[in-house]
Amino acid sequence: MDMLEILTWLIPAGPLLAFVLILLVTNQNKRLSFLLAWAGIIASVGLAWFVSFNVVGVFLESEKELKKHPVQVASSIAWLPIGDYYGDPQGAAYAEAPAKDYADDSHSEDASHSADDGHSEDVAYADEEAKADDYGKAVAPETGTWFRLGVSVDPLTAVMLFMVPFAVFMIFVYSVGYHNFGKPAGHFLGIPNHGQEEPLFTRFFALMSLFAGAMLTLVVADNLLLIFVGWEIMGFCSYSLIGFWYARSYDDPKRVPPREASIKAFMTTRIADVVMLMGLVFFYRTFGTLNYTEAFTSDSLVNAIDILQPFGAAGLGIMALMIFTGTVGKSAQFPLHVWLPDAMEGPTPVSAVIHAAAMVSAGIYLVLRIFPLIGMALEASPGFAWTIAGIGAFTALMAATIAVAQNDVKGVLAYSTISQLGFMIAAIGIGGYIAAAFHLITHAYFKALLFMGSGSVIHGMEHGAEHVHDHHSDPQDMRLMGGLREKMPTTFWTFVVGGMALSGFPVITAGFWSKDEILAEAWYVFTYDFLGQHGSSHAGDPFGLVGLMVFVVLCIAAFLTAFYTTRQICLTFLGKPRSELAEHAHESDGYMTTPLVILSFFAIGAGWVGIPDTFLGTEGVFYNYFHHFVGATLYETVNNGLYKLDLIPHKIASLPFMITPLAASIVVALGGIGLGWMVYGRKPLEKGAIDPVAKVIPAPIYDFLQNKWYLDELYKAVFVRPVVFFSEVVVYEVMDKGLINGFLHLVANLTYRLGEVMRVTENAVFGDGVDWLSDRFLDLTKEFRTFQSGKIQEYALLSVLIAFVFTAFIILLNAGAFGI
Amino acid sequence: MIPLSWYLIVAAALFCIGMYGILARRNAVAMLMAVELTLNAVNINLIAFWRYTDPSSSAGVAWAIFVFTVAAAEAAVGLALIISIYRQRESVIAEELDILKY
Repeated sequence: MDMLEILTWLIPAGPLLAFVLILLVTNQNKRLSFLLAWAGIIASVGLAWFVSFNVVGVFLESEKELKKHPVQVASSIAWLPIGDYYGDPQGAAYAEAPAKDYADDSHSEDASHSADDGHSEDVAYADEEAKADDYGKAVAPETGTWFRLGVSVDPLTAVMLFMVPFAVFMIFVYSVGYHNFGKPAGHFLGIPNHGQEEPLFTRFFALMSLFAGAMLTLVVADNLLLIFVGWEIMGFCSYSLIGFWYARSYDDPKRVPPREASIKAFMTTRIADVVMLMGLVFFYRTFGTLNYTEAFTSDSLVNAIDILQPFGAAGLGIMALMIFTGTVGKSAQFPLHVWLPDAMEGPTPVSAVIHAAAMVSAGIYLVLRIFPLIGMALEASPGFAWTIAGIGAFTALMAATIAVAQNDVKGVLAYSTISQLGFMIAAIGIGGYIAAAFHLITHAYFKALLFMGSGSVIHGMEHGAEHVHDHHSDPQDMRLMGGLREKMPTTFWTFVVGGMALSGFPVITAGFWSKDEILAEAWYVFTYDFLGQHGSSHAGDPFGLVGLMVFVVLCIAAFLTAFYTTRQICLTFLGKPRSELAEHAHESDGYMTTPLVILSFFAIGAGWVGIPDTFLGTEGVFYNYFHHFVGATLYETVNNGLYKLDLIPHKIASLPFMITPLAASIVVALGGIGLGWMVYGRKPLEKGAIDPVAKVIPAPIYDFLQNKWYLDELYKAVFVRPVVFFSEVVVYEVMDKGLINGFLHLVANLTYRLGEVMRVTENAVFGDGVDWLSDRFLDLTKEFRTFQSGKIQEYALLSVLIAFVFTAFIILLNAGAFGI
Repeated sequence: MIPLSWYLIVAAALFCIGMYGILARRNAVAMLMAVELTLNAVNINLIAFWRYTDPSSSAGVAWAIFVFTVAAAEAAVGLALIISIYRQRESVIAEELDILKY
């Protein structure tokens, strides 16, 4: 292994080690614990950035080279033997397997040389190194194979490695302040201790470290099984962190307590994970491997299509949809998005980690990983495109409409997250996976920033609540805020930066560039595949209509996004304080504000690496680094002739400049912000006034939006109630109490009856009968007792009589009396 | 010469008298004396058979001497026991000496 490989292996190790150490050693010491968690994640940041920049270095040096060998780091270990392989995992069978084309050629030559002569130690060492380097050679066809587990780094991994650990580190820093480190110790376990140090401080950092370690494992994993492992660990961590304040309960019956929210999150994602796991089994059955680099070579894909005849590529599409279902759960897409808003019940850093850096990103990352499959699906039938893009676009629009009517400061952000994830899924549904990856990265930065900003606001409000001893008002309700601009200047300005990025404020913010790229690709798909522009050869392809649908829906969603974000900023920060809580709020400490400031730079600057090549029709002025860098990941795969149609925008080097999507994204962003300002900014909401949106929108629709399209109620009626009914009535009453209990009681009764019969018989035969027998025997012995009188003469008489009898017998015998 | 059967008849009579004494007398000393009679009846038998069958060997006489010796020893031990019992219970009636049955 070379150094880069070792470093890649070590990326998830820091947080995982921190988790173990905090849990086992330092759990009594809060300072040491959070420092350990910091150290773990800082190590990860360092390693991940080093590895990531190495790949970037290759890119800057030679883009062509990177396109040819996108997998820059690949290292794996033989993990499980499959089939009848009994040999040594490092045995000679490895070198004999054919070299894969993406493996470094010089290495495979080394291997073939040294395989002939493996006696000298130097050669043996080189041999081993060559084997470790030649990924996928662990094949001994006659005897079986080893299931290999390892890490790989390609450009997509590299950008994730750049984003994830650093965002998580920012959240770690923020968490220390959020949990009031250094303040007087709180004593209430499982509920928020406002203004006091969290008693479960170390548990929080242990779980967060595990969360980060799992996410990094998932990112560096080179196969879908390891991804699934990290995926599920994150599922557990989100469960335990959403329910971190497990003892909290609310008077309002409509509000979901953390305890139930955590179960809801876990169960909802589990539904998706089951389908995903079946998809992985399908994948393994078809490709014979779970390693995606191995599976997504053109030979392997052609072979898979052969195997799946008569379904062919559509079979791969079904497989893609099954794995995509995992993403629907994890990245909170309709219809499995319902867990994410309730996940707001966790502490705000948890929300930031779930909604920005880790969990939902993992879902998008997975579909990016299996994008060649999705590409196959899109080619096979427009139905797949309609399904995936439809889910994404619908989710984006639905969540955006709900967010407009939310009053909880975190609730707005939760629905905004769902909406933005919908953007990404819609982009993938039209083949724009680089745009999706770009939006994933920029969104992670500004959404982490927004969540932590809202956490800072809530923290300030809770401080106010503590100050005026008001424990009934909800410190998260935006209607009670207002005027926080003067009280929390740092939070305000960073929140504005994040909000503008989310709205897609033109040109300067990161959100603009990534959203613009999605819209541009949707428009390109429409104009190219349906209208036949840009030199297209197949006008009228129904796939183009998906592009139009995505474009229109996302424009509306983007407009709503800008509107509700502006509404949120105005309601929270502008005007006069609308409650005592806001009146006495104050700025959070340095632990919390520093990450906000740092992330706000990323919220702006992260977009600048993705300015389109042909921005405003120029040539050679801008260079879309992000597009070309991440595009290198699958460049070979999508340009090898396997994808017949030109559906995948990334077959072309860069999109031509189109004025429509650019104008649309500027108009919707500025329009949304402008409308928001008109409604909420110009004349800030007065204390006790009704939300203007509620006045404008007809009441039934407003209620519909505020109640989240009544989806929770619908699910409760359609799924939860029947399941509860089934379990309570059918399973418990009928099956358990009726059938199983009935059968068991029958057996018990029969056994009891049999016992009764046995008891009577036993008493008669073995009790009385044996007693009688023994009594008679005793009587008999009494008869015999008289023989032993102790009188010697009786004995003697008896002896004499017996002697006479015997003598007589012998005499008679001798006389032949018995005929002998 | 007196036939062998005469001796045997005398010996049998003597044995029967002795046996009667053992079974019928209550006094342990008398019983002991009766035992002596039966033993002597046996001795007569031994001597008679010796004399009438093989007088040249001394086996019959030797047997008789052994029987005397045993009888003497038995009488000595028996009398000692009877005296001891008498001292304990002031009785030599055999019917009353029945504690060995326990």
